[in-house]
Amino acid sequence: MTPVIDAVRQLFMDLRTQKLRTFLTTFGIVWGTVSLSLLLAFGDGLYTQMRRSFAGLGDRIVIAWPSRTSLPFEGINKGRRILVTEEDLDLVRKESRLLLSISPEYSSSFKVDIGKKTILVDISGVEPEFGEMRNLVPQKGGRFINHPDMDERRRVVFIGNDLARDMFGEEDPVGKTVKIFSSPFTVVGVLVKKDQDSSYSGRDKDKAFIPASTFTAVTGAKYPDILIYKAKSPDMNQPLTEEIRGILGKKLHFDPTDKEAIQVWDTTEMFVFLDTFMGAFRLFLGIVGLMTLIVGGIGVSNIMNVVVEERTREIGIKMALGATPRYVLFQFLTEAVIITALGGAIGLAISSGICSLFAKAGLEEFVGVPVVTLRIAILTSSLLGFVGIMAGYFPAKDAASKEPAVAMKF
Amino acid sequence: MNIPFFRKKNNGGDGNGIAISMDNITKVYDTGKIKVDALKGIDLSVKNGEFVAIVGPSGSGKSTLMNIIGCLDKSTDGKYELSGELVSGFDKERLADIRNRKIGFVFQNFNLLPQITALDNIEMPMIFGRVPSSERKQKARELLAKMGLSDKEAAKPTELSGGQTQRVAIARALAMDPKVLLADEPTGNLDSTSGSDILSVFSELNDQGSTIIVVTHDMALARRANRIIEIRDGRIVSDQKTN
Ligand SMILES: Nc1ncnc2c1ncn2[C@@H]1O[C@H](COP(=O)(O)OP(=O)(O)OP(=O)(O)O)[C@@H](O)[C@H]1O
Ligand SMILES: [Mg+2]
Repeated sequence: MTPVIDAVRQLFMDLRTQKLRTFLTTFGIVWGTVSLSLLLAFGDGLYTQMRRSFAGLGDRIVIAWPSRTSLPFEGINKGRRILVTEEDLDLVRKESRLLLSISPEYSSSFKVDIGKKTILVDISGVEPEFGEMRNLVPQKGGRFINHPDMDERRRVVFIGNDLARDMFGEEDPVGKTVKIFSSPFTVVGVLVKKDQDSSYSGRDKDKAFIPASTFTAVTGAKYPDILIYKAKSPDMNQPLTEEIRGILGKKLHFDPTDKEAIQVWDTTEMFVFLDTFMGAFRLFLGIVGLMTLIVGGIGVSNIMNVVVEERTREIGIKMALGATPRYVLFQFLTEAVIITALGGAIGLAISSGICSLFAKAGLEEFVGVPVVTLRIAILTSSLLGFVGIMAGYFPAKDAASKEPAVAMKF
Repeated sequence: MNIPFFRKKNNGGDGNGIAISMDNITKVYDTGKIKVDALKGIDLSVKNGEFVAIVGPSGSGKSTLMNIIGCLDKSTDGKYELSGELVSGFDKERLADIRNRKIGFVFQNFNLLPQITALDNIEMPMIFGRVPSSERKQKARELLAKMGLSDKEAAKPTELSGGQTQRVAIARALAMDPKVLLADEPTGNLDSTSGSDILSVFSELNDQGSTIIVVTHDMALARRANRIIEIRDGRIVSDQKTN
């Protein structure tokens, strides 16, 4: 134990007496750490942000439009219109093994009166599950449409956040009344601000949602325009679609392989693409960061080289007094590791600082929120440790292999 | 400085009273372009308790020989035994241990570590020898006292005179109670008075039983040893007892 403590004590003495060198070496490592961890953090932040805005439409849902057949079936010509009813949806709910939830969406534009103001609004009639699937999260104090609303055909409405501002300005809309089809509806919730970069019928922030049962009762609509559904696990969306085409094909007499009868947009594909693309992008950022770190490491190695050269005489003297090559190696390695650890810690702190500044800068929509996560910290510091040890090892090995008489002549 | 502190506990036993035994030692410096035959076959035997002076013109190979004796460098060929151990075949780790335990080396240019105090410098070999901390401190203080430098404990080498610096270096060389004390022109950087003082220290250590080998240019100083070896052109040309 004694020699280790002595070595460390001596190391700190050396670090103190060689301030400039310690500073430069540490700076190199700080630089490498900041670059690597920032690049990783920005990559992660961007990924999370893109994923979130992709999920604005809903997290891996399928959007389906009942359309016209493109294949003749059971003697009926192609081009027949397929109309799905609530009854058919109940059948799907009963027979499908893969289904998690399904909701119809009836939609139409209506005039809405708020006091003396009248505006034209896209209104959708949906079921409670729709909110969950389409990521329609209510702001505090409000709620989405629920089952009692459905069962009792209540006249309630959930409105998008921009629409809420158009209707009520800065006032809290929840509990207020608006007139749709000349009958009063109570606002039960307002959408939280969300990022949505894809849609099929306008952004949710501008829309209003009422219970499907109310929608059909008021308008007399029988056939939903759109079906939204989701499998129990995201990778089952594809087979679920097949299954639904099978069930509805049997009931409504169309070819289950007919892709046109019910057209679908499986958003899972979008996520798969995002994951692949962002995976590659983050890998690229990581490699760039790693390169920077390695360049930093080479810098450190160079400085260590100079240090060793500068201190070869000292190494020679110590070896003359009985220091073994192993001891010399140990001393320089410890030194490299401590400088690396110090630089790494400072670097990670700087990166975290920069990240939190970014979080405050309000650039979230474009670059997301970069965060130095534990994963990034561990990744960076283990790479750093490796580089540091390499940088310390080779010059020290070189110095320790000299005969003391030779080393002392420096 | 006559307290029996430096007295050798037991000089017999190993190596039959022979401290150093060299057989046809050669050293070739190979600088790539030219080869220098610095030592051309040295046969040398030094008994425990001897005080040997090595003299010779500049470039004759004195330092080369001292470095090999002190295990600071390896001979190109030949056999070298240090108190019975065939050190010419040792690896680096074992040589480090030999330097630490068996040899004390005093240099012309002192070779103290400049950033640390006199006391820390003296402790250095004991750190490598894994002497416990408290024991180290005590031993270092005692040695400083023997050298008459008790008040210079906390002084850095740059704050000492040449003679004082060399005495700290001697204290450091004695820290591990070495078998052999080697000094390569220890007075070379000192004025004649301090040089003479240093030689007196060696005489005294020798009187107390230490085996000492000193390289010097100064014949007057050399005569204070009890054996003078003269080297010319890498060979021993004379080997005489004094008085
Ligand atoms: N590291 C080296 N590389 C090449 N040649 C060397 C080296 N060290 C010494 N020599 C050569 O070996 C020979 C002996 O040198 P050495 O230093 O042993 O002489 P010396 O007797 O100690 O001289 P001085 O009295 O000037 O110190 C000289 O010719 C010298 O040039
Ligand atoms: Mg010399």
